[in-house]
Amino acid sequence: MKRPISFELNGRRVTLNTDDGRTVLWVLRTDFALTGTKYGCGEGVCGACTVIVDGKAVRSCLIHLKDIERQRVLTIEGLAHNGELHPLQQAFLEHGAFQCGYCTSGMLLSAAAFLREIPNPSRDAIVSHMERNLCRCGAHQRIVAAIESAARRMSGPS
Amino acid sequence: MSTLPGVSRRRFFHMIGGGIVVFVSLGPTAVFAQEGANRLFVYPKDYNAYLVIGKNGRVAVFSGKIEMGQGVLTSQAQMVAEELGVSLTSIDMVLGDTDKCPADMGTFGSLTTRMFGPVLRAAAAQARVELVALAAQKLGAARDSLLVEHGTVFVAGQPRRRVSYGELSRGAKIVRTVQSDAILRSASEFQVMGASPRRLDGLEKVTGAAKYAADIRVPGMLYARLLRPPTHGATLLQLDTSGVEHLPGITLINHDGLVAVLHTDPEAAEDALGRIKTLWQGSATKVDPESIHERLVSQAATLKTLAERGNVAAVRSNVKHVFEATYKKGYVAHAALEPHAAIAQIREGRATVWASTQTPFPTRDKIAKALGWNPMQVRVITPFVGGGFGGKSADGQAIEAARLAQITGKPVQVAWSRSEEFFNDTFDPASVVKIVSGIEASGRIALWDSVVYSAGERGAVACYDIPNALFRSSGGASYGPPGPQASLHPFATGPWRAPGANMNVFAIESQIDMMASAVGEDPLAFRLRNLTDPRMRRVLQAAADAFGWQPAAAPSKRGVGLACNIDAGTYVATMAEIKVDAASGRVQVIRMVCAQDMGIIVNPEGAKMQIEGGITMGLGYTLAEELRFLGGDILDRNFGTYEIPRFSWVPRIDAVFVKNDDLAPQGGGEPPITTTGAVIANAVFDATGARLYRLPMTADRVRLAIAALSANCSKSFSTPA
Repeated sequence: MKRPISFELNGRRVTLNTDDGRTVLWVLRTDFALTGTKYGCGEGVCGACTVIVDGKAVRSCLIHLKDIERQRVLTIEGLAHNGELHPLQQAFLEHGAFQCGYCTSGMLLSAAAFLREIPNPSRDAIVSHMERNLCRCGAHQRIVAAIESAARRMSGPS
Repeated sequence: MSTLPGVSRRRFFHMIGGGIVVFVSLGPTAVFAQEGANRLFVYPKDYNAYLVIGKNGRVAVFSGKIEMGQGVLTSQAQMVAEELGVSLTSIDMVLGDTDKCPADMGTFGSLTTRMFGPVLRAAAAQARVELVALAAQKLGAARDSLLVEHGTVFVAGQPRRRVSYGELSRGAKIVRTVQSDAILRSASEFQVMGASPRRLDGLEKVTGAAKYAADIRVPGMLYARLLRPPTHGATLLQLDTSGVEHLPGITLINHDGLVAVLHTDPEAAEDALGRIKTLWQGSATKVDPESIHERLVSQAATLKTLAERGNVAAVRSNVKHVFEATYKKGYVAHAALEPHAAIAQIREGRATVWASTQTPFPTRDKIAKALGWNPMQVRVITPFVGGGFGGKSADGQAIEAARLAQITGKPVQVAWSRSEEFFNDTFDPASVVKIVSGIEASGRIALWDSVVYSAGERGAVACYDIPNALFRSSGGASYGPPGPQASLHPFATGPWRAPGANMNVFAIESQIDMMASAVGEDPLAFRLRNLTDPRMRRVLQAAADAFGWQPAAAPSKRGVGLACNIDAGTYVATMAEIKVDAASGRVQVIRMVCAQDMGIIVNPEGAKMQIEGGITMGLGYTLAEELRFLGGDILDRNFGTYEIPRFSWVPRIDAVFVKNDDLAPQGGGEPPITTTGAVIANAVFDATGARLYRLPMTADRVRLAIAALSANCSKSFSTPA
């Protein structure tokens, strides 16, 4: 149904007058040209399109505009704050936790939502949480190391 | 095969403006890439610009190679920074743009560092010589009194008498054409090469700013969805587009076999595609993953001899132990996370196409052919590529986008869905390897007779010292498009990371392991007994030291294995420790060590990433990946059914480098994946006593192999199959 629909996108309130059944992934990529959110499978099985909605990591290829009405949506473009990289972004850089980079946005947002819920996860918990995010280049062990290191940095002084 | 230069010199100057432009003339020795029997024409003999040093001192480096995750954006910049004497941060890389970059056959075969690297280094080294000569004039000093640091030339001992590269080029267009016989810096002098700076593409990739082909936006662009047959080889009998013709905003194209719907909203285009009614006649081919292997053998082309030594027929009846085995493997998808995408825009008689491709120049030529144009009327620009692995060389999506842009007169994006990505993939072919081998009582391998069906020749000749050996292949990888002309495979096949070597090394190294076990010898000791190549012996020893290899005959129940290979000029030895759950047959890899002698290492951390990535990707073809199909019907169309490695599969992977700075850099992207199947197969045997002859070693297959073993104890694992 075409109607005005509002939500918060990367800290900014936005309103679209469009069909509320449109898929969030394509709205982000076309209407907002936020192309850091990637299409990988269209079925929610690869995780490349992960965004954070009201604190939870969700697959933007599976949700529609009406699902995010009046909610807070964070995409990779909003992860750095005031020009400062998120500790996870910093850790991914330091550990070289990417190769082609296509899965990276989804990995970062999936990890960011996870660390907000579980600030000091075990290695096994990280692996288990990231299991549904696919990477074909094989950056896995660096991604896990980066998440561990970001968790340490975020959870306190040392 | 393209031999056209990237762009005319005049056009290039127009684009560049001022500065120092360095052209390189390549001698004939650099023209050929030595890849087995297939000598590819790689670089043009014509002059091509490689470097431009701008007035602001920044250095633009032009390379026809593309960045798909393998790290060559950074490693090529390191090579130029090293030879030119500038800092890494002053370099701007321009990759894969056919209007600006030297023509190139494509980014594949672990050739970038090995074959293009020396050319790029020579260009930078010669440029440095020329710049020092210009500085000598300007400073009124003798050339040999000058030193270079961070892009500034100064008189030794008089640092105030200095001039920067930028100043040297100020206000003038200076062109230098140099030969490619420059003297390169040696490893002991390296400051930038041999170090591991952070990747130059890092910041863009962690902030979402990195642009891939589907991220390019052109005003007025339409998103296209194309009608595909349900199966390969199907014929369209009826087409009814009446349901979409009156949809608002939809452009319908039905032109010379190309049926597409276009819209400014990709979902609206997708919806319209679903409203097209069709009737197809399927193909009669009913081959499947179980019957394909018989077909590959029975329909094989004439065998080609790859290598021959001694007299195989004569020794066969004399050797003490003869081992005969047949190894099989299914089709494997590339499954890069980024599906193929392209944007085409046609303006003023020129087409610009942004494409996810490993082969921008051949793609340009294919697009030109499809449009009926001259290649110089087409420009292909390659943004970041989201994984290639050999799968982004066919470029169907770029041709589709260009044709639709020509037909509609508007900019068009074609981005394949995951289902299209699987359907249109050029799969790693299913294959069969048959080996007969034999050993003397002394434990020396005396006989080897192998035939490779459909895997191809790479890695097919074993690196062991075997006096009587015959290596044959059914003639290449039988790549080609689907259809009656390529009846061997029911759909397209093509190069897949280290094409053929994964299968060939699995077969060879399994066979070697089988013989070691039969004579009750430690598999490392058995290999060393049959190998004199000092590089391979060093690499095996390095792997053993790092792994903590304890000699024992297999099966030792410890679940350890090893495998080795020579690929793309690099020597690789891998060791693994695994666990097998006997009830389910599930294999869990615990740790792996990979030792490599790859000559000079341009970026050690980058090389490690390639080892980790190769091994991890290799776990897919080793343990799970096998396309399900029935004739031309591709049954796996997404990751829900086609499993690729996940976080929980990945073991600890340690990389070990055997120093060899006297050798120019060798391949890095492919060698480590080639041993993965073999090393896991050998570890499974060591753990269970069951030898797996077929890839992938799925849990079911491992479980059945273990069950067969206990059901038939009398034919124990110590005798060959």
